[in-house]
Amino acid sequence: MTDIAIKIENLSKKYLIGAQSSQYDTFRDLLMNGLTSPFKKMRDIIRGLPTGAAGLTETIWALKDISFDVKKGEIVGIIGRNGAGKSTLLKILSRITEPTEGYADIYGRVGSLLEVGTGFHPELTGRENIYLNGSILGMKKEEIIRKFDEIIAFAEIEKFLDTPVKHFSSGMYMRLAFAVAAHLEPEILVIDEVLAVGDIEFQKKCLGKMGDVAAEGRTVLFVSHNMSQIRRLCTRGLWLKNGKCVYEGSVEDAISSYQLSFLNNNDTEADSGFISWRIVNSKHEKPHTIYDEGEVEVEIILVVDKPILNGTFALVLQPSDGNKIAGWGESGIKCDTGTYNLNCRFSTFPLRPGIYQWYVSLWDGGKKIDVNNLYPELVVSCKDHSTLKEPWAGFLNIPCSIQVYKP
Amino acid sequence: MDNQHIRLQPSKGWISLQLDELWNYRELLYFLTWRDVKVRYKQTVLGAAWAVLQPFLTMIIFTIFFGKMANVGSDGLPYPIFSYAGLLPWTFFAQGLSQSSNSLVGSANLLKKIYFPRLVIPISSVLAPAVDFFIAFAVLLIMMVWYGIIPGIRVIFLPFLLILTFTTALGTGMWLSAMNVQFRDIKYVIPFFIQIWLFATPVIYPASKVFTFMEQRGIPVWLFGLNPLTGIVEGFRWCLLGTGSRSFSIMVASTIVSFSLFISGVYYFRRMERTFADVV
Repeated sequence: MTDIAIKIENLSKKYLIGAQSSQYDTFRDLLMNGLTSPFKKMRDIIRGLPTGAAGLTETIWALKDISFDVKKGEIVGIIGRNGAGKSTLLKILSRITEPTEGYADIYGRVGSLLEVGTGFHPELTGRENIYLNGSILGMKKEEIIRKFDEIIAFAEIEKFLDTPVKHFSSGMYMRLAFAVAAHLEPEILVIDEVLAVGDIEFQKKCLGKMGDVAAEGRTVLFVSHNMSQIRRLCTRGLWLKNGKCVYEGSVEDAISSYQLSFLNNNDTEADSGFISWRIVNSKHEKPHTIYDEGEVEVEIILVVDKPILNGTFALVLQPSDGNKIAGWGESGIKCDTGTYNLNCRFSTFPLRPGIYQWYVSLWDGGKKIDVNNLYPELVVSCKDHSTLKEPWAGFLNIPCSIQVYKP
Repeated sequence: MDNQHIRLQPSKGWISLQLDELWNYRELLYFLTWRDVKVRYKQTVLGAAWAVLQPFLTMIIFTIFFGKMANVGSDGLPYPIFSYAGLLPWTFFAQGLSQSSNSLVGSANLLKKIYFPRLVIPISSVLAPAVDFFIAFAVLLIMMVWYGIIPGIRVIFLPFLLILTFTTALGTGMWLSAMNVQFRDIKYVIPFFIQIWLFATPVIYPASKVFTFMEQRGIPVWLFGLNPLTGIVEGFRWCLLGTGSRSFSIMVASTIVSFSLFISGVYYFRRMERTFADVV
C-alpha cells in the first residue's frame, strides 16, 4: 500500500496532423493513385493500420516525456497556454486515449470531467438525464438514486425536473450538468476547465463543492486558465509548455513563473486575459493593501494575443461576499497583441477596512475576452471612521460627527 | 472503496476482450439502450405505432406487388403473413445494423470525453430495435390467429433465431461502425448495402424457389445459407408457420457465418478501439 495515487513515467503522446503525404506529379499519377489507393486502403483497414484521416504524415508531440507523481489527497493544478498538452494529459489519465510512449500507473477509481453534460440528451427530461449522465460518468444506479435529491437541490431545478432539457435555459442546463458531475465520488478526479459555468454565484458554489471534494482527501487533477481558481483549490502546480513539463512545485511558484513568462516574453504564451493587479502608488510594501483614504492608482495587467478592435472594459469592486459596491468602465479600447497595463486612478478610496475583490471584464464587440475575479484580494487597512463596527453598517468610510441638541 | 491499480500504456497487437469490464458497465448499457428506445419516437404523433407501421406497410406493399402482381409464391401460405414473418427479423436486423454502424460516429462527443468500454455503444444500438421487434411481433401473433396458424413445438427454437439475428446485426455492426470512424464512406454504403442484402435474403420470395434453382444446376443448397439472414428468415417461418423442412444445412451454414462475423467483429472492434478518440 503506497500513498501514491498517480505515477507518470515518460508519458508521451503523438498526434498526426496536417499535410497529405505525397504530391501528384502528373495526371497519370493522379489517375493511377485514384484507382489504386482504395485497394491499398482496403488492405490497411483489414490489417488495422492507420489510414485515411489518420494516415497523415506530419506528427506533433502533444506530450513529451512527462514524469511526475501525485500523492493521495493532493490537488494538482495544471496550467499552461492552449495547446500545451493539458487536455491530452487528462485524456490519457482518464483512459480516453492511449499514450504513444511511457506509462501511467493509476491507483484507484478515476472519474473524469472533461466536459460538463457529456451525453445529455435534449429530448429527455431533467430527471432522465440525471440517470443517463450519472451512469455515463460511471455512477451505479443505486448511487444515483441515493444522491438524487442532493443533485436536484444543488442544481436548483426542482420545478423543471420533468421538462425535457431542450427547453432549459443554458444556465439551468449547465447547472444540472455540473450538479450530476459534482456528485461523482471517485478516488481520483480529473477536471478540465469545467468550473467556468453559470453565473458568478453558481461558480462560487461549484468552487465550494470542489473545495469539499478536496477536503475529503480525494486526489484531484485540475486544469484551468483561471489562476485564481487554481490558487484557491490546489496544493501543487504543474506548468506545461509545448507538451513538456516546465515547472512542478508549489502552486504559487508555478503560477508566478507561468505569469512571469508572459511579461518577459510578449510574443509567446497565453490567450487574452487578465493576469494580475497591483497598487502602483503604495508607499508600503504590500502592493495589494490600501492604508489610507487618499489617492489610489491600480494597475491591472492584461495580455492580448489577438488584436482587440472595440474593447469594453469594466471594473467592479465587490466586498468578499459578492455584492457590488461600485463599478467603472471604458469602451472603444483598441489593442494590438502584447502585454498592457490598465491604469485606474481613484482620487479617493473611502472604504471601510476589510477584504474586497476586483471583478473585471473585457469584451470585444459582443465577444467575451475575459471575465474574472482578480487575485489576490484587495485589503483595506485604514482607520475606520464608522462608529458602528458591525459589518451591516456598510462599506463607505466617511467621517461623520453626530451631535444631538434641541433647536 | 476498492483499491484497483491500472497501468495506462501503449497497447500492442491483439488486445484482450475484457468482457468482465463490459459486465461492470452493464448499467450503462441498460441506460443507453433505454435512452435510444425512449428518444426514438419522441415528438412523433404516432409514437411506438411506428414500430408496427413500418413492417406492416412494407408487408402491404410487398403483398400488392410481389404477392399479387409478380406472384412470386409463398410456400403455400397467405402472402401477407409469409412476408410479414420474414420482415420481422429482417427489420430488426436492418435497423440494428444501420443504427450500430452509425453509432460510434454519432456518439463522438462521448468517445472524446469519457471512458467506458466502447462496445457498449454498438451493443445498445442493436438492443434498442429489439424493442420494436417485440411490438411488431405482437402483430404477427394477431395475424397468426386471423389466419388460423398454430405453431408447433418448433417454436422453442425462436429464442435461438433471435440470438442469431442479434449476433449477425452486431457482428456486422461492429465491423462497420469501427470502419466508419475512419472512413465516412461507410455511412453512404450502408443504405445501399442493406437494400442489396434484402434482395439476397428470402424475405420477399420463398427460399424454396432458390433451392429449386440451385438444385437444377447442381449447386449445393447450403451455399445460400452463407447469407446468415437466409437461415434466420427461413428459420422464423419454419418455427412459427411450419414451412420449409429441408433447411437444416442452411441453418448450420448461417449459424457458422453469423458467429464468425460476431467473433471477428468483436476482435476487430477491440483492435481499432484505441484510435477511436483520436480519429473520430
